Amino acid sequence: MIIVISLMVCGIILGYAFKERNLKFVQKLINYAIFLLLFLLGITVGANGDVMNNLHSIGSDALLITLAAVAGSVLCAWGVYRFFFMTTK
Amino acid sequence: MKGSIIIVSFFVVGVLLGRFVDIPNLLTAEEPTLYALYALMFLVGISIGSDKKALEALKHQNFKIILVPLATIIGTLAGSALISLVISGKSLTDCLAVGSGFGYYSLSTIFITQYKGAELGTIALVSNILRELIALLAAPLLARYFGKLAPISVGGATTADTTLPIITKFCGKEFVIISIVHGILIDLSVPFLVTFFCTV
Repeated sequence: MIIVISLMVCGIILGYAFKERNLKFVQKLINYAIFLLLFLLGITVGANGDVMNNLHSIGSDALLITLAAVAGSVLCAWGVYRFFFMTTK
Repeated sequence: MKGSIIIVSFFVVGVLLGRFVDIPNLLTAEEPTLYALYALMFLVGISIGSDKKALEALKHQNFKIILVPLATIIGTLAGSALISLVISGKSLTDCLAVGSGFGYYSLSTIFITQYKGAELGTIALVSNILRELIALLAAPLLARYFGKLAPISVGGATTADTTLPIITKFCGKEFVIISIVHGILIDLSVPFLVTFFCTV
């Protein structure tokens, strides 16, 4: 994670230095990188026999816990957004 | 919406390829994903640095930023506790331990397998991968209907790295700092909370 954050800091410094230039191509490159990342993540999941074969037996428990955890986070985050962050806009 | 569908299709094609085609080890190794992530973070950095509004947002941060990881932790634990009533054969602390992974599947799976055995460990792996996937795929919908903090909260421990680009894209650059601080704090909480719920 330290490498990831240092790379981003380098990017921020570069971006700040060149902020008067036309940097629209960066947004395009970001999209391509997201596509590539999701594609690679898909391959990893598809090729992982443990994940694919156990999805039926273990998947339902995992899915239930995930959905409950996600629902709880979404509700709390929505509350914090409404009461503490929307006014700053 | 269009962006999300394109992203999902890239993922689905990846899954099918990984499942049915003999993929060279090179592509399933961690390195390509890691380097793609590095490239992405560098590019996201450039787009933040060149954005004058992001600097303004950074100046206006205050104590409120700590409320975001708190909401994530409280919401996740409350949801996991409630669902333990429905799932048979899994105790309250089992569900809390799985939930406390916050999408950090590598670490939480290792911990839970060690303390609670392979079955709950596998559940933790699948559950936390699903959480990251939901964060990646549902970010645009979450941001639209539940506010700009919802994708961050769902992203859990991943919002300082893997899901940061997507959060930046759908929540806006002014939420990048919140997302990073949130990711780091949740990251730090994972080993503590998971071991706590495994041992109580």
